[in-house]
Amino acid sequence: MSKYLSKLTSPLIAVILGLVVGAIIMLVSGYDPVAGYGSMVNGIIGDSYYVGESVRTIIPYILAGLAVAFAFRTGLFNIGVEGQLIVGWLAAVWVGIAFDLPRIIHLPLAILAGAAAGALWAFIPGYLKAKFRVHEVIVSIMLNYTALYVTNYLIRNVMTDKLDKTERIADTASLRSPFFESITDFSRMHWGIVVAIICVIIMWFLLERTKTGFELKAVGFNQHASEYAGMSVNKNIILSMVISGAFAGLAGAMEGLGTFGYAAVKGGFTGMGFDGIAVALLGANTAIGVVLAALLFGGLKAGALNMPLETGIPSEIVDIVIALIIFFVASSYFIRWIAARFKKGVK
Amino acid sequence: MDFFQVLQIIIPSMIALAAPLIFTSLGGVFSERAGVINIGLEGLMVIGAFTGIVFNLMFADVFGEWTPWLAVLAAMIAGLLFSILHAVACITFRADQTVSGVAINLLAVGLTMFLVKLIFDKGQTDRITETFPRIDVPLLSDIPFIGPIFFANGYYIVYIAILISFVVWYVLYKTPFGLRIRAVGEHPMAADTMGVNVTKIRYAAVLLSGAFGGIGGAIYATIFSNEFNHATINGQGFMAIAAMIFGKWHPIGAMGAALFFGLAQSLSIVGSSLPFFKDIPSVYLLIAPYVLTIIALTGFIGRADAPKASGQPYIKGKR
Repeated sequence: MSKYLSKLTSPLIAVILGLVVGAIIMLVSGYDPVAGYGSMVNGIIGDSYYVGESVRTIIPYILAGLAVAFAFRTGLFNIGVEGQLIVGWLAAVWVGIAFDLPRIIHLPLAILAGAAAGALWAFIPGYLKAKFRVHEVIVSIMLNYTALYVTNYLIRNVMTDKLDKTERIADTASLRSPFFESITDFSRMHWGIVVAIICVIIMWFLLERTKTGFELKAVGFNQHASEYAGMSVNKNIILSMVISGAFAGLAGAMEGLGTFGYAAVKGGFTGMGFDGIAVALLGANTAIGVVLAALLFGGLKAGALNMPLETGIPSEIVDIVIALIIFFVASSYFIRWIAARFKKGVK
Repeated sequence: MDFFQVLQIIIPSMIALAAPLIFTSLGGVFSERAGVINIGLEGLMVIGAFTGIVFNLMFADVFGEWTPWLAVLAAMIAGLLFSILHAVACITFRADQTVSGVAINLLAVGLTMFLVKLIFDKGQTDRITETFPRIDVPLLSDIPFIGPIFFANGYYIVYIAILISFVVWYVLYKTPFGLRIRAVGEHPMAADTMGVNVTKIRYAAVLLSGAFGGIGGAIYATIFSNEFNHATINGQGFMAIAAMIFGKWHPIGAMGAALFFGLAQSLSIVGSSLPFFKDIPSVYLLIAPYVLTIIALTGFIGRADAPKASGQPYIKGKR
């Protein structure tokens, strides 16, 4: 038990420090931090509508977090989740519009199209890393912008005639749920939560219970040792990026098929891909950790929307808090150092 | 419209668009040459753009036509101060440099938009009234053919950007400080044994990158957007990183790449009104810098290799 506790300390301290600094910023700006955080909590679980919207926000956060975490376990930094997400979004919506099929085929097909598009987009940095030893971070950053501009072009010039968003997807490809809507006062909560939970289980099972997962982790720990043991490092690098990209594509598909039901021209990034990095880091790159971190960050993001309404505090305060939490988690060396000092002092 | 007129439209806009990229990518060169990856350049540009615009709005009455210059100076200081966060996290706390850069980007957008809403009570700032004037460079603009294309209808700050890249080249390759920067980026332990203070040099390099990023952001906001909102800096910083890589971590190379990316951007903006170019869908020009960088990295146009120690914190006494 104490082993689990000590694993939890440094993320917990990071979260607390982030919230404390957020409170200080609110105080300095002349707002009441207690009222601010109060309105935020209200915006997360205040009534059934807010709960539904929070769950809806958490869905892509879980999937984006899984994507980053999965690549991390193989020693890869998939900063391209944002681009893979956008591509997956568009592919899922395209299948949702273009085909006329019964629901039982259409919906899985649209979801798989999103995953496949994300996987394909992540295959590029994976392949270039394996083949040419090009750093995956730079390639996937460049692919993020490529994805943004290409999808915008496709929406405007291929899927529509100079319009800013596509038509709505067919009902047979929609994840929208009248049941969830009825119990959450008509929020946009949808069946994507089931997809997200299935993916969490897949990630856990794949990494902890299969030979493939063992190889992927081994490559992450020590490439040379894995090579020596007869594993193909290059194959595992590509495989890891492809699976990671599939999770990212699914995150986009959930937005396209569930929340919005269409794809729109974007002026900038959704930000979900970058927040996925925060989720994975805070969740220590484990399946269950990602779920907990996604609950926190997704909740913060959803609750932030209520802050300007109730207390007039700009919702950006939550972006600041999330960025600070990443800082503190990344600097965990410092937190451990402080903790060690503190323990010595007590003795 | 003949070819000469087309050049007269494209070239000035290309150089102007390249200026922020040149400054920011030079900042990237400093930081990465010292072995600290700086994905946070985008965020540093955001800070610079915000500071530049807010300073301009507040002091336009006091300083008159000097306001944009002083605003750039203020943005430089703001960028420098903000980059301390990255330096402390990466160098002292040994954080993952890419992760810290991502945090810088998120923090910059969050913080500036928070302040914008606090100060202006809306999603964007007011528009600035004092911007850089367009000028014809005396004497040089009178040169036949070259003059009207390269030296007319431009901005002084743009020519300064090009000059500065030569200064940075001189500093990096001809001064002891530059040699130390390159040494701690390639082999920090060797530099340490020769008595170079690795931590100090890396701090200096990251702070310089912050200053340059701040300048780049302020120039972009002052010349092109005239106001600040959440989308003012949208990928400029990452494009500067692309320019730095495309230029193989060399100041002059980065400047050349920035000019080339400036050309691509300028064509994607003005191309639709020009012959030859209006048939090319603008998407190709928009993605060109990014795709070309990937191709450059894979080695089809001469392999680009990062400084050896980039991305690794230096821990004294550890082999």
